[in-house]
Amino acid sequence: MPILLFAEHDNTALSDQTAKALTAALKIGGDIDILVAGNNDLDGVAQASAKLSGIRTVLVAKSDALENQLAENAAELIVSLSGEYDTILAPATANGKNIMPRVAALLDVMQISEVMDVVDADTFKRPIYAGNAVEVVQTTDATKVMTIRTSSFAATEDGTSTAEIKNVDDHASDAGKSSFVENILSQNDRPELGSAKIIVSGGRALGSEEKFKAVMTPLADKLGAAVGASRAAVDAGYAPNDLQVGQTGKVVAPDLYIACGISGAIQHLAGMKDSKIIVAINTDEDAPIFQVADYGIVADLFDVLPELEGQL
Amino acid sequence: MKVLVPVKRVVDYNVKIRVKADGTGVDLANVKMSMNPFDEIAVEEAVRLKENGQADEIVAVSIGPAQAQETLRTALAMGADRAILITVDGVTEPLSVAKILAGVVKDEEPGLVILGKQAIDDDANQTGQMLSALLGWSQATFASKLELGSDSAKVTREVDGGLQAINISLPAIVTADLRLNEPRYASLPNIMKAKKKPLETKTPDDFGVTIASRLRVIRVEEPPVRQAGVKVATVAELADKLKNEAGVI
Ligand SMILES: Cc1cc2nc3c(=O)[nH]c(=O)nc-3n(C[C@H](O)[C@H](O)[C@H](O)COP(=O)(O)OP(=O)(O)OC[C@H]3O[C@@H](n4cnc5c(N)ncnc54)[C@H](O)[C@@H]3O)c2cc1C
Ligand SMILES: Nc1ncnc2c1ncn2[C@@H]1O[C@H](COP(=O)(O)O)[C@@H](O)[C@H]1O
Repeated sequence: MPILLFAEHDNTALSDQTAKALTAALKIGGDIDILVAGNNDLDGVAQASAKLSGIRTVLVAKSDALENQLAENAAELIVSLSGEYDTILAPATANGKNIMPRVAALLDVMQISEVMDVVDADTFKRPIYAGNAVEVVQTTDATKVMTIRTSSFAATEDGTSTAEIKNVDDHASDAGKSSFVENILSQNDRPELGSAKIIVSGGRALGSEEKFKAVMTPLADKLGAAVGASRAAVDAGYAPNDLQVGQTGKVVAPDLYIACGISGAIQHLAGMKDSKIIVAINTDEDAPIFQVADYGIVADLFDVLPELEGQL
Repeated sequence: MKVLVPVKRVVDYNVKIRVKADGTGVDLANVKMSMNPFDEIAVEEAVRLKENGQADEIVAVSIGPAQAQETLRTALAMGADRAILITVDGVTEPLSVAKILAGVVKDEEPGLVILGKQAIDDDANQTGQMLSALLGWSQATFASKLELGSDSAKVTREVDGGLQAINISLPAIVTADLRLNEPRYASLPNIMKAKKKPLETKTPDDFGVTIASRLRVIRVEEPPVRQAGVKVATVAELADKLKNEAGVI
């Protein structure tokens, strides 16, 4: 029962989200091919994909039409290659969430969103209601299309042999429905939220973009941590949208999550409650965040953060 | 241009739901229901397009139980012109919803459909993308800015590394993210007026769609519960616990 895994990358580097989704694919079982779709400079990503453990073949589609992962073009590509696969999956990244439901509809199947556990080849666990319930679903569709919640799976190590790389450029085409204008990406030389071991996360209490930077950055630098934010902090412009942690932002599970001036709304908890150790810094001793925190301190974050940084 | 806005009736976002003890589902008896928050954002965006003179009619549509009328009345009070309720009891999966919406689109011929990016009950994040695929239209998901032209639109999307701007040809599907706008509250006079706006009722049969679930829910489980830990009195104590007890730094 062959599986097709759609790789997440930026045309230059393979994202470790792919290796995490691969772990889910290995748990389902079967021959696994990986599809790398992008621009003409994809060789590095293809070679990195070939090294992943348990991959049979790397399918590489290079085309201008695929450079920016436009959903219409990427979905057509996947559908044109779908014939021999009974499972098609992608990490639940912005790209995966954008493209895979389109693939599912074209194949007339339901997508299984944000799979967090594989029970057997047809049965999966997924979160509903902001993770306040977990649904165990069994699919009746001939082709299974799904996105994988990568915070629930460890990345695979590289394998010992190298998979064959096969060119499938002739499957690429431009649907002509949409076109790329520009990326306005956040400048960030810190670890990514999805792979960081430590996350320092700030909420509305930070008060301004300047203060957010001034108190969060030194601690994050000291810890080699990624920086996260609540929706309130992002809405207010203290932090860019790609830092939002939660039900509708990024879902993270680091070893240590330090929530600073975050109340702990269910939508925020949905994105971080699987962290190994949670620290809460909040002036309100009744803030719900304390109910999930391993260590809480009822104090002003503007005092605590500099002091903590000094003690590390 | 006509704008179609699908709105879903869901558990209010403030409600902390409970899993039924027998694992058959989530206890929804007597809980507050509201319009899916992302759909409020979608309605607001459509209303602003109308206020700017870029849209001339807004049609709100919901697939759900008879009570979804209330959700549609909310959309009407916010500024939608008329509403369509497709009555269905029980669960509807995004694929069925998308098929019904594709039927509504064929009847109504809108230039733009704005959906929420995600329903906060099933957390599926699929319906807009599926509808777009079924219609063979362009799609712009997770929109934080929409600039509408006459035959195309520029949409800024929230993506993993920041923002991405794309141009989509019309007709198109857009799904709303949190920062697209801040939805208005309906005023009392508008709530009264909304009661008189047209609301048509249909069934899936009218669109030739049979509701059949593709995913069988075997059981619904409680997620692992975290226990509250300890409160520390000083930063020194916190640093010590992190180093020596938890061993995470
Ligand atoms: C559809 C929908 C989706 C959503 N998705 C998300 C999501 O993905 N992620 C998310 O985070 N939210 C999300 N939300 C929003 C969520 O409901 C909350 O509104 C949000 O998380 C609150 O952010 P906050 O904790 O920073 O702000 P607040 O709730 O205002 O909390 C601020 C906290 O800071 C404390 N404080 C104040 N001053 C200090 C100080 N000097 N030192 C220490 N503590 C201080 C206060 O006691 C308070 O607890 C969503 C909401 C909806 C409706
Ligand atoms: N039953 C429904 N009735 C109307 N609109 C719906 C329905 N289900 C989903 N939608 C729309 O599709 C969006 C995404 O839903 P979902 O794919 O279920 O996460 C929602 O925000 C709504 O705009």
